[in-house]
Amino acid sequence: MSATSSRTGRSLLLLAPLLLFLVGFFVWPLFSMMSQAVSDPAVLKLLPRSAEVLTGWDRKSPPSMAMQAAMMEDLKAVDDDQALGDMVRRLNSARSGFRTLMGKTTSALADTANPPADLISIDKRWEKPEFWLAIADALSPYTDRNLLAAVDLGRNAAGAIEHLPPDQSVNRVILVRTFWIAALVTFFCAAIGFPYAIIAASLDGWKRDLMLAAVLLPLWTSLLVRTAAWFILLQEKGLINDLLLTLGIVNSPLALIFNRTGVIIAMTHVLLPFMVLPIYSVLITIPKNLMPAAASLGAPPLRAFVRVLLPLSLRGVASGGLLVFISAIGYYITPALIGGPGDQMISSIIAFYATGSANWGMAGALGMVLLVATLLLYSVYARLSSEEPGRR
Amino acid sequence: MPMKIAKATFATLTILFLVAPLIAILPLAFTSSVILTYPIPSWSLRWFEELFFADAWRRAIVNSLIIGTGTTLLATVLGTAASLGLRNRLIFFRGTIRTLFLLPMVVPAVVLGVGMQVLLAGFGLTNSYLGVIIAHTVVAVPFVIVSVTGALAGIDERVELAAQSLGAAPITVFRRVTLPLAMPGVLSGAVLAFATSLDEVVLTLFVAGPNQRTLARQMFSSIRENISPAIAAAAFLFIAATIAIGLVVVLSRSMLAKRR
Repeated sequence: MSATSSRTGRSLLLLAPLLLFLVGFFVWPLFSMMSQAVSDPAVLKLLPRSAEVLTGWDRKSPPSMAMQAAMMEDLKAVDDDQALGDMVRRLNSARSGFRTLMGKTTSALADTANPPADLISIDKRWEKPEFWLAIADALSPYTDRNLLAAVDLGRNAAGAIEHLPPDQSVNRVILVRTFWIAALVTFFCAAIGFPYAIIAASLDGWKRDLMLAAVLLPLWTSLLVRTAAWFILLQEKGLINDLLLTLGIVNSPLALIFNRTGVIIAMTHVLLPFMVLPIYSVLITIPKNLMPAAASLGAPPLRAFVRVLLPLSLRGVASGGLLVFISAIGYYITPALIGGPGDQMISSIIAFYATGSANWGMAGALGMVLLVATLLLYSVYARLSSEEPGRR
Repeated sequence: MPMKIAKATFATLTILFLVAPLIAILPLAFTSSVILTYPIPSWSLRWFEELFFADAWRRAIVNSLIIGTGTTLLATVLGTAASLGLRNRLIFFRGTIRTLFLLPMVVPAVVLGVGMQVLLAGFGLTNSYLGVIIAHTVVAVPFVIVSVTGALAGIDERVELAAQSLGAAPITVFRRVTLPLAMPGVLSGAVLAFATSLDEVVLTLFVAGPNQRTLARQMFSSIRENISPAIAAAAFLFIAATIAIGLVVVLSRSMLAKRR
């Protein structure tokens, strides 16, 4: 008994470093990304007194003296320009006009020689409940606006969920495009990979080795190198256009790069091994005499294929397809280098929000959408491949 | 017969599709021209010179080696220890823990990159070698786990029990029996970890500063901004290294298979 428990203790000790490392640098980053998506502290941080007073407000009547006094106190206490900028940006996105209103108000408050009596005397807009309503709504430390905006929804003044106006509705287009490109790539991978795996499994000796090596070599080659290779091949004066022109198939170079065609070709090439290998590993477990048996019972080749080989290999096709689709929806490098502006997928948009415009909330919200989609599909894949017979 | 020809044609064309792009890029590494197109006017090593002596490329290569080495050490140590721990079937949530270890392979790099940047900024680790090494280790560890658990699963536990029954202390059993037997798996895990770090772009974009520009990162931006045959020269090195790494992995696997 003590031997087992000391062995268990030892195992736990061996597991602990990696477990802690991944909790700290894998799980936690994902959570902090998601919390960026729902946290909204910009306004609450600077307006604690107003927050207290505003809880007693009926959301309709004009601002009371207490509300204005609290707001003036809060604004006078602000000494961090960046935080002030964050708050103004946040409020302005809820209701336009806050930028000028806040600018005017803070400079009036900074003038200590003749302190204003109340906010309304600084600017008439402080009289309107709409502005106070925007502040009251922005005071919650949590928000769903990023998550809603990730799928082009927003809340109207009454708090009901509605579609954003078309000029702000880009995310759904990109989500649909991401899934569409991934589906196309999965289709082409299956269309090429399934017959390829069947042929490879039906062969033996050097022919089979050659077919497998042709799959493994690109799989092991750097993704960047493969993308660079396609960049060189597909460009206007690239080898493919040269070949087509010399053969007289086309008269002028085709546009193959910075468009959808190039992205699909390059991604199919990159992901094809992930389709071939799972199908192949299922096919080699199917006894070789099944197809001859079907033929000897009078089934024509097509019928034998549809009734015997296809059902048996479907699991391989499904896991290969899922693997390709999961990888494809998260792709960044290939569309970024081979695609045009109209081919950018969700990852590019996340990267844009994160690095380009420092909008961590939107980056987190879109990242959450991608993460959830990936994990859902992966759980299906894991179930599929764990049921595989004869697998460790 | 026509079926057979159709099959052979299809297989040949697909092999061509898979391999030709990689071969087509190789000769361009030796072009003397400044543009990356065929026909090649004359042969030259100027782009390899550029790669090894131009400041940006040389520093990128050095950075890749530093970060790759750090990642390999960290990922191999953590991954091997954890794989040894995972052998014990009595561990609670063994399956869940294993899934967690493999998950970094699945999560899209951009998603992890955003989270990692937020987190490392909190620790003040952005724009540092340590930050990049940590980020690369997260995505390299699954390869070590897969490789080492595979090797460990092939070890006959009776050999270890025999050593134990002859009076060897647990640490001696590990050092003299388990580790040597698992070595091919550990080595191929280490190689895969290094290769992962070498090829990683997306996380590097998020967490590395201008001083940690790796070779892959440098290739990415030069394809984007000013494409030159230096890319082909770098690709040549990558493909040569891949074939070398592939041989190492195949050899260590066949060593493993022979012993079984």
